[in-house]
Amino acid sequence: MALILFLIVMAIILIAAAIYAVIQKDLLYAVLATGIISVVLSVFFYLLQAPDVAITEAAIGIALTTIIFIITIRNTSRNEDEYSEDHIKKF
Amino acid sequence: MKKYIIFILIAILGWTLAQTFKAIPFGADRRGDLSNPNKVAAYYLRQSPETLQTANSITAIVVNFRGFDTLGEVTVLFLAATGLASILYRKEEEDKTEVERVSLPSSSLVRTGAKILFPLILLLGIYVFVHGHLTPGGGFQGGAIIATGFLLMLITYKHFETNHNVMVWLESLAGLAFVLVGLYGLFMYGSFLQNTKSVGTLNDLISGGLIPLIYIFIGIKVGTELTNILDILLKIKPGREQ
Repeated sequence: MALILFLIVMAIILIAAAIYAVIQKDLLYAVLATGIISVVLSVFFYLLQAPDVAITEAAIGIALTTIIFIITIRNTSRNEDEYSEDHIKKF
Repeated sequence: MKKYIIFILIAILGWTLAQTFKAIPFGADRRGDLSNPNKVAAYYLRQSPETLQTANSITAIVVNFRGFDTLGEVTVLFLAATGLASILYRKEEEDKTEVERVSLPSSSLVRTGAKILFPLILLLGIYVFVHGHLTPGGGFQGGAIIATGFLLMLITYKHFETNHNVMVWLESLAGLAFVLVGLYGLFMYGSFLQNTKSVGTLNDLISGGLIPLIYIFIGIKVGTELTNILDILLKIKPGREQ
């Protein structure tokens, strides 16, 4: 019973983080939210008896992807609105 | 008018494809349940401890039964790393300006902690890919963990440098060794990546024939590749116009 409750709470966190990542205009926070999604997913994979996938998700999803996105944000722009359609047309 | 014709053509094409795929069973006749020992899933689960002496049957499938697919995955990662490097790699002769990898210096607490954690993370990564045939994990996982260790050092220390040439050589040799192991199976036993006959005993560190060897190569390759990607990405000048 406690496990099911825990799973439900984790699933709610997962969905909330996913929605937050989509609607957040500040891309740094959006990327951190995707990191939270990876944490929860990794716990899910472990509980669903897929430890191999859990390790991969923990290493790549939490650390590497998040950092690569943060580096990209540092080199481009942090705000979603900065690159409007006019800006893209210039290229 | 043109638009509608295109839509109709795509719809006809999609319908034809759907009809074609409907007729293909995609191995549904062989999948079956675990009670029938002649079906694929039960065959793999039975063969990996019995014939291959591999405790982790996922590893047996990834490296042995589906070893060729794994070679394809490694190639995909290699191509991704090469593409990224060819776009972003800066020759030092062209641009001598010092690149600030991190804009703010790390505190001594972070630096000391990173120094202590770095060898432990490397050890964990090596453990994961050396024990790939016994415990969960394997080459990809171990390589990714090693890359996170290097990432920690790269973002903590301004002057921590990985030797680019050593990394590229290790990566290439590990990839080559994977193919050579596959060719060894082809020439000795008749099919690419065929395992050796002497596979040791179940749950020993040296068991499973060629599986641990292949996973060590994959681990080295993935680790060096991901480290290279991070190193190149961190060296981009912020706000540089492409």
